[in-house]
Amino acid sequence: MPNSVLWAVDLFGRVSTLSTAGQYWELCRDTQLEFKRVSAATQCCWGIACDNQVYVYVCASDVPIRRREEAYENQRWNPVGGFCEKLLLSDRWLWSDVSGLQHRPLDGVALPSPHWEWESDWYVDENFGGEPTEKGGWTYAIDFPATYTRDKKWNSCVRRRKWIRYRRYKSRDTWAKIPSKDDPKQLPDPFNDLSVGGWEITEEPVGRLSVWAVSLQGKVWYREDVSHSNPEGSSWSLVDTPGEVVQISCGPHDLLWATLWEGQALVREGINRNSPKGSSWSIVEPPGPENGIMHVSAGVGVVWAVTKDRKVWFRRGVNSHNPCGTSWIEMVGEMMMVNVGLNDQVWGISCEDRAMYFRQGVTPSELSGKTWKAIVAARECDRSHSGSSSSLLSAGCFFGDEVRGSGESAPSDTDASSEVERLGPGQPLPAESLDDCGNPKGSSALGPGASRSAEGAMENTCPAEGNRETDPNKHPRPAPTLAELPWTNIDLKEPKKVPSHSATGLPETTGLSSLGLLPLGLEEPYGVDDHPLWAWVSGGGCAVEACTMPKWFTVPSGLAPSVQTLSLSITPAQTATWRKQIFQQLTERTKRELENFRHYEQAVEQSVWVKTGALQWWSDWKPHKWVDVRVALEQFTGHDGVRDSILFIYYVIHEEKKYIHVFLNEVTALVPVLNEAKHSFALYTPERTRQRWPVRLAAATEQDMNDWLALLSLSCCESRKVLGRPSPQAIWSVTCKGDIFVSEPSPELEAHEHLPCDQMFWRQVGGHLRVVEANSRGVVWGLGYDHTAWVYTGGYGGGCFQGLASSTSNIYTQSDVKCVYIYENQRWNPVTGYTSRGLPTDRYMWSDATGLQECTKAGMKPPSLQWTWVSDWFVDFSIPGGTDQEGWQYASDFPASYHGYKTMKDFVRRRCWARKCKLVTSGPWLEVAPIALRDVSIIPESPGAHGRRPSIALWAVSDKGDVLCRLGVSELSPAGSSWLHVGTDQPFTSVSIGACYQVWAVARDGSAFYRGSVSPSQPAGDCWYHIPSPPRQRLKQVSVGQTSVYALDENGNLWYRQGITPSYPQGSSWEHVSNNVCRVSVGPLDQIWVIADKVQGSHGLSRGTVCHRTGVQPHEPKGQGWDYGIGGGWDHISVRANASRAPRGTSREQEPRAPPEAHRPVHC
Amino acid sequence: MTDDKDVLRDVWFGRIPTCFTLYQDEITEREAEPYYLLLPRVSYLTLVTDKVKKHFQKVMRQEDISEIWFEYEGTPLKWHYPIGLLFDLLASNSALPWNIIVHFKSFPEKDLLHCPSKDAIEAHFMSCMKEADALKHKSQVINEMQKKDHKQLWMGLQNDRFDQFWAINRKLMEYPAEENGFRYIPFRIYQTTTERPFIQKLFRPVAADGQLHTLGDLLKEVCPSAVAPEDGEKKNQVMIHGIEPMLETPLQWLSEHLSYPDNFLHISIIPQPTD
Repeated sequence: MPNSVLWAVDLFGRVSTLSTAGQYWELCRDTQLEFKRVSAATQCCWGIACDNQVYVYVCASDVPIRRREEAYENQRWNPVGGFCEKLLLSDRWLWSDVSGLQHRPLDGVALPSPHWEWESDWYVDENFGGEPTEKGGWTYAIDFPATYTRDKKWNSCVRRRKWIRYRRYKSRDTWAKIPSKDDPKQLPDPFNDLSVGGWEITEEPVGRLSVWAVSLQGKVWYREDVSHSNPEGSSWSLVDTPGEVVQISCGPHDLLWATLWEGQALVREGINRNSPKGSSWSIVEPPGPENGIMHVSAGVGVVWAVTKDRKVWFRRGVNSHNPCGTSWIEMVGEMMMVNVGLNDQVWGISCEDRAMYFRQGVTPSELSGKTWKAIVAARECDRSHSGSSSSLLSAGCFFGDEVRGSGESAPSDTDASSEVERLGPGQPLPAESLDDCGNPKGSSALGPGASRSAEGAMENTCPAEGNRETDPNKHPRPAPTLAELPWTNIDLKEPKKVPSHSATGLPETTGLSSLGLLPLGLEEPYGVDDHPLWAWVSGGGCAVEACTMPKWFTVPSGLAPSVQTLSLSITPAQTATWRKQIFQQLTERTKRELENFRHYEQAVEQSVWVKTGALQWWSDWKPHKWVDVRVALEQFTGHDGVRDSILFIYYVIHEEKKYIHVFLNEVTALVPVLNEAKHSFALYTPERTRQRWPVRLAAATEQDMNDWLALLSLSCCESRKVLGRPSPQAIWSVTCKGDIFVSEPSPELEAHEHLPCDQMFWRQVGGHLRVVEANSRGVVWGLGYDHTAWVYTGGYGGGCFQGLASSTSNIYTQSDVKCVYIYENQRWNPVTGYTSRGLPTDRYMWSDATGLQECTKAGMKPPSLQWTWVSDWFVDFSIPGGTDQEGWQYASDFPASYHGYKTMKDFVRRRCWARKCKLVTSGPWLEVAPIALRDVSIIPESPGAHGRRPSIALWAVSDKGDVLCRLGVSELSPAGSSWLHVGTDQPFTSVSIGACYQVWAVARDGSAFYRGSVSPSQPAGDCWYHIPSPPRQRLKQVSVGQTSVYALDENGNLWYRQGITPSYPQGSSWEHVSNNVCRVSVGPLDQIWVIADKVQGSHGLSRGTVCHRTGVQPHEPKGQGWDYGIGGGWDHISVRANASRAPRGTSREQEPRAPPEAHRPVHC
Repeated sequence: MTDDKDVLRDVWFGRIPTCFTLYQDEITEREAEPYYLLLPRVSYLTLVTDKVKKHFQKVMRQEDISEIWFEYEGTPLKWHYPIGLLFDLLASNSALPWNIIVHFKSFPEKDLLHCPSKDAIEAHFMSCMKEADALKHKSQVINEMQKKDHKQLWMGLQNDRFDQFWAINRKLMEYPAEENGFRYIPFRIYQTTTERPFIQKLFRPVAADGQLHTLGDLLKEVCPSAVAPEDGEKKNQVMIHGIEPMLETPLQWLSEHLSYPDNFLHISIIPQPTD
């Protein structure tokens, strides 16, 4: 689960954040400034400080925000001096922009604000359209403006070259003041409110945000050009409003609501991708005429409001098509403000005690949620106290705490008496205290309205709680103040009296909770009040999932935080002394009680155990269909203790009873095949793999399927004695469903007489990934469909493998998001233009990408029952070929190549609709936040190099195309510590590092790059060497083993890099090896494994099959043929951890090893 | 790396080497050889001693045989306590094998329950399970199970099938993600030094302030005499499954991993042996 943060401001203007993975509020580092507003997005937070200036806090990341400045140097040929700086009078500037129209001298290009710095000096770009140029990067043409070429010809009269300089945004993890000098109009008057949102409107440019602000005079301003690469935006522009606005809220998508002085709400209409500012305003009346709206907050499909009487309202029926919604519904609770964050989750600050509340139970189907729940997370400054007292794991610290008993009664204890009765007579009843003076956190679930009565009770019974007087509503002053100025609910002066107020009654306060016992921090103005007084909250950067609630609702416990903070250096939670002690004592006990008595007879003899059930089976005969079968799994233990199992499948054909059986020790893989209708799984044996026809069984329910799958899986693993975590040498693979499989390589696998790879046994590991990469020191990384990076924790099981087949620790929740795509197809006719009426021969007007399947918006279901929709349908503008403003792509006819603009010859058009769906599962994976990755590669360890290297080289490509190098990766800290950014001049797509630190990468233009001088001491190397792709092919992936370099192009061709020598590691040319390849993995023995596109078996055809290159020898690195393994839906394989070779094979290869030293590109 | 799952196996496959000897006053036709057996710690005496019964009946006349019962150093052994508990409580500091005397006469009516058949053991076992789940989940989990699941639990114990038993039992060990543990921990504390058979109270795995309760917390609360004072001499051993977990061990973890198949933590408090 990604760790994200909730932002909040307390009454003193101090900004704090609370992580979804944490339990403590952390004060924002920049303590100089006091704030009155914050509004957060995931990557940044905007705020208005008490100096009325706007600030942006850009969260730090290992990837710099860099922007490229370009300038062109233009020259003309002159018969006397050749190319020179003398241009014709009609010519462009000597230094210009790309069009030549703007004068752009290098020293005239200035940084836009003090928050930027230059990364390096200007340099000449020597790449030209994926091809290297020579002669100083010049490109030639006949005249300006024209087409430029790399080569100088007889008629090249002009030339130009591009100069590049990068600037970098430096003010990260700090509040950076938004410069106001460049505003064209007069400065806006001081700002009063501000809201960021709109990141779901479009992803072009990356990280685009809508930033809206309201000035004290009630005017609305929009910040232009805010995006990831331009975090400050460029200027404020005024947006006319029909009245005086006091507050504004911008949802993540296209909702923008504001409140007017008079108490109505303003709703912006016409916000879309092409017009993020919208076009017009509509007015929504408040719920009742007497109490106007004071505050609104918009989400994706919801709007919440607070009226002047502090009542909370939910707006029904709000969506993109009807941004105004239909009606108000009153909610329980009284709030100062509410804020809608990611996933339409809601936070509020209670009127009563200024505590922070979270709306529990908000789901897509129940957007209004169920109840308010108080967030009782402590502040970080308290942690030092509680942490130190409880981190001592001695028994003593849990004893002697006499106060804790009085707070013992938990809120849901009312049924305790009924429990007591069950215990039966003669047994002592527990001493349950039902003390009224309970812990105030006990009332958390009751909501702010109810907490009033609880508090009243507390005042009666707990007179010591003097600090409760700090509640603003009990103070005589605030109420009238609020009535006068309903929109400024922060009076910064007034609450400052609180500390002195409460300090008098404080020090002796006891009985609140164990926190109350802790020494008071001197700098702590609140005293022992167990929550800060909040003024503002913003959840725009905070992703809370309904299934994994943050641990905000209980006071942190001293024992467990090592697990809960999910620290990325994976030190197992197993290290507790008590646990070790138990393991150790159990071993000693077994030794003591069993060692000398093994000859004794067992009291209970092992017997055959049978599990039976009813499933469906995909029949072997034609026509293939699901037939009802009875299945029985018979397990028996032999006298030698070896367990074996047989699965019987009983079916009836032509009224004759028959059965097939499978010995589970022959099963090579059990693969869940979930689709929208069936819970089925496929069972492979070597024979079935060769036939490309697995045994397919379906269960009636998901639970039933999981039970069978877990049981069969466990039986298979037991019969092969494959238990516990995968070995560091394991081969990992991923199916097209995102299921992860792992296989223990036998040493014979890479021997000369290799083991046929259809005999490899694959077992599943929980989780959902698109890519998994490993190395032989046990470091395994995975990438999700949503590009989230995950690191393997050392556990096993998870997902559907609950119970025995799963480790108890190191299993965490994992989620993934992917899109389902459908196409809207239209044909042009002379009368009506493009319509959804096609020719009779045409494809479906709503179809899949091929046009063969009808796919309608209403009819589409998520890929399987594990997935749920998390968005509505939206037009995908990012498909290859480009689109017009409405997302249409044009072509002369179906099916054809599509382009993003309409020409006279285009008679058909299509556009792609996407809808996001999400899966939540569990597995031995922890997120490596926050950078999303497209590709990752871990250095394969060459045989014998084990243990020498301190850290493990790991390279990656981010989803934005940045090349990154991970620092601090080791066996003990597989997640590493930080990213080192490796600059490139264009986005990259794939990267691979070989055993000798040869780093190869593929850029988005399809060409390859070699990184020079990468070594343990210089982990990022020094520069890129451009390597052209094979003729007329665009590369998409590269994989580097010990010495071999393989690349894969977009047409499925596999290429071997010829001519690599130590002195010339870039090699000389690409040699074709094979076609029909989707993915390649070259290992530390230079073994080559691929995913083949199509493989024909005796019974069927499988797409996506694991294949092993045979005959690979040091003197024949390209091998001879393919051996076919498990297949049917496999997408990815990594053999880069397997450096084990049969000893016999190794000795045999010693001999031919001597000459191939010359093959080694780098001396390791 | 050792995994918590291994604890479950170690607990399940715990065996006590036992030597059964016929009581000297029993009338036999010929001399009765002692009988040696590995008893599963997690099972019940009358469930796993069919072989013992057969062995001794061979040398006895039919009319001299009535209900079998067992005794150790003068104490009749309660069949409805798990074997491991009986051993820890009564014999943990004596030499192995465990010497049990077999009786066929003079059934000690006031000390022992009758065990007419395996059904009696099953009924006792299932009622313990239900009581434990009442404490852990307000009986929700056990009640949602089907009859065959209950049967599988029992058959798993009876046939010593770890997988069969745990395939179902794991459901009884789950708890909602938002809680930090069970509602109450099913436990029983046994002492040889008191008249009372055992101590059982309601005790939560997590304190009101969110701290996880430990074994030490439990003992301090319900059996303070068992815990040595801070600096005092250790007078007692706190034993589960033949081991002494540290007092810092979280109770929830113990309940999940060191409970007997009946889902109770059976904790023995025995005097520290003086060497």
